[in-house]
Amino acid sequence: MTEKMFMQALGMGIAEEMRIDPKVFLMGEDVRASVYGAASGLHDEFGDERILNTPLSENGFFGAAVGAAAVGMRPIVETLTSFMWVGMDQLVSQAAKMRYMFGGQATLPVVYRAVMYYGGGSAAHHSDRSYPVFMNIGGLKIVTPGTPADAKGLMKTAIRDNDPVIMFEDGTLLGTRGEVPDDPDFTVPFGVANILREGTDVTVVAIAGSVPRALAAAEEMAKEGVSVEVIDPRTLVPLDKETILNSVGKTGRLVVADPAAKVCSAASEIMSIVGEEAFWDLQAPMQKVASKQVHIPFSPSLEKLVYPTSDGIIESIKKTLG
Amino acid sequence: MGVSVQIRGLKGSVSPLFTHLFSVQIFRDCSGNTHAEKTYSFIDLGTLTIWCHCLILQTPIPRVVGEIGRRIQTTGEKTYFRMTTNISKDLLMLMLERMWRIRHFELKLTEMYNAGEVGGVHLYIGQEAVAVGACAALKDSDYIAGNHRSHGHPIAKGANLKKAMAEIFGRIDGYCKGKGGSMHLADFSVGILGESGIVASSVPVATGAALASKLEGKDFVSAVFFGDGASNQGACHESMNLASVWDLPVLFICENNQYAVTTSYKDTVAVEHISDRAQAYNMPGILVDGQDAIAMYEATAQAVERARNGEGPTLIEALTYRFEDHSLGLEKIRKSEYREESEIDEWRLRDPLDLLTKSIVDSGTATPAECDAVSANAHAEVEEAAEFARNSPFPDESELYKDMFASDMPVV
Repeated sequence: MTEKMFMQALGMGIAEEMRIDPKVFLMGEDVRASVYGAASGLHDEFGDERILNTPLSENGFFGAAVGAAAVGMRPIVETLTSFMWVGMDQLVSQAAKMRYMFGGQATLPVVYRAVMYYGGGSAAHHSDRSYPVFMNIGGLKIVTPGTPADAKGLMKTAIRDNDPVIMFEDGTLLGTRGEVPDDPDFTVPFGVANILREGTDVTVVAIAGSVPRALAAAEEMAKEGVSVEVIDPRTLVPLDKETILNSVGKTGRLVVADPAAKVCSAASEIMSIVGEEAFWDLQAPMQKVASKQVHIPFSPSLEKLVYPTSDGIIESIKKTLG
Repeated sequence: MGVSVQIRGLKGSVSPLFTHLFSVQIFRDCSGNTHAEKTYSFIDLGTLTIWCHCLILQTPIPRVVGEIGRRIQTTGEKTYFRMTTNISKDLLMLMLERMWRIRHFELKLTEMYNAGEVGGVHLYIGQEAVAVGACAALKDSDYIAGNHRSHGHPIAKGANLKKAMAEIFGRIDGYCKGKGGSMHLADFSVGILGESGIVASSVPVATGAALASKLEGKDFVSAVFFGDGASNQGACHESMNLASVWDLPVLFICENNQYAVTTSYKDTVAVEHISDRAQAYNMPGILVDGQDAIAMYEATAQAVERARNGEGPTLIEALTYRFEDHSLGLEKIRKSEYREESEIDEWRLRDPLDLLTKSIVDSGTATPAECDAVSANAHAEVEEAAEFARNSPFPDESELYKDMFASDMPVV
């Protein structure tokens, strides 16, 4: 174990897999210079052949990754959530659908690394938290690491996975630190939620950047004698609903914290599942702590009102307690 | 240096549209023989072999593979398409066979559509020489990707007619177990990476297959077929630029059938020829007579050679024509004013099957009876495929969730 930043952990995961498997390569805009940080040092180690700077052509290189994967390569594509809209046709019409449409003939081991910058005054075009959109499409595995260890372990699993994966790398977490296993065999499986803190009174499911906020809220509630269980699903597709349903069965109360916009968010889907499958376990109405349904405003006085906060999570926990 | 090349011995009528498109001048001499003339600037007089080839085969209408590629380089050097390859009888007959397979396949589909057995599909009739000529220059280990009008491409690449037909019937024995249908035929085992219902969407995918070839140091190439409509999509332009920047072994084969549903490319393409756009991406752009399978083969073979030599991509514009409507079921479109019946009739005079058959027969490669037998065999194969498709079961409910992911994990 070594203490690492979330961003470094992502890079460790990539580098380790590139050392093991010569079919893995990374492409994206300015990846050689690692403008977004996680690819730092990769160009020095792996050279021009495996670290490819692309033109600003998301539709072109998102699709090229699909084609390369279809014939046996394992591409990693670096992008921002906000630029994914530009390449949506390739993500949706090809990456997501090819396998099913062709009756299972296409195997597409491609990882799209989508950095989610938000909360830093970047305004509406550069602050997207778009994973719920991709959950709705199907055919894409959706990964939202919440800790540095998971960032590494899930990255490695994503690269080894034979399906298209989108890694949503939460910008508010990139600078967070935590213990990260050095073991190159360390991976984190998809579809297995992480119970970050055990509790008995209220279940809080926290996604991506909501994880540290939920943990802070749980700490605060503990001072008031309320025992909060915090669960990070880690992957939204596949979703470990059993862990969530079991927890709700124990606590009878559910709060879901999700940085995505409120309508049709990941939280919406999780609450829908609990409503359908565990309604009689609930002792209080479920609470959703998601971003306000607005575009991200530039001014800090407005932007700070948008995202889930620890205080907002605490308020929702209290609502479930009546 | 300007060189005027004449082709003698033209027989029959020559479409004014054809001469306009290719800027070929047709005239009659005092003996009443028809001649075609076109002036080129040559740097390579070897290009004359194109015309020699035409003369040898006594092609009734000049095989215009001219207007040829331009590669804009800092030196101003130009490269031209040349006609140098000797085509074996086996290959010519294989091309004829595959073209007949496509033609009979689609005539059968039309018959079955009229009988209510299959739904509306996009017919490739009239364009067969493009896919077949191009695929004849590829190996099994090369990849292709197609588009929505794409029964022809997999058949040209060697797809199984039964599995293709069963797919169009939505049956379990289809290529995609009935999950793809007419617009999504695919056979990864012979390099068919699949067709795409979204116009131009397969262009980046084929580019990516070529990227894999380059990164792994392999010698396979990929070819993507797209239409004149698709040539206006950003995906197309982005891919051509990417492929050129990285010198990828990919062939961009634009099937200019002249209409995107009802809109003429002349109303939507800002340059005279789509192949002219190659200049912007620093790759050769070749304009080929898409009715002529031999010309398509020659053009593709040279582009493949470049690609395998690491010289990068080529844009091939095959000028062709969709004989039928945009799709079966849209017959009413024909009655609109987007194209004249006379124009369709003119192009039907240049049926790619007639042209190839004539080349084969006139050059003494095979007899008319041998050519007829090829057609009859293909017809029989198609009938057998239709029967196979009819008798194949529909996929059952257990197939519904299969193939969403590589592993059988529950997703919801």
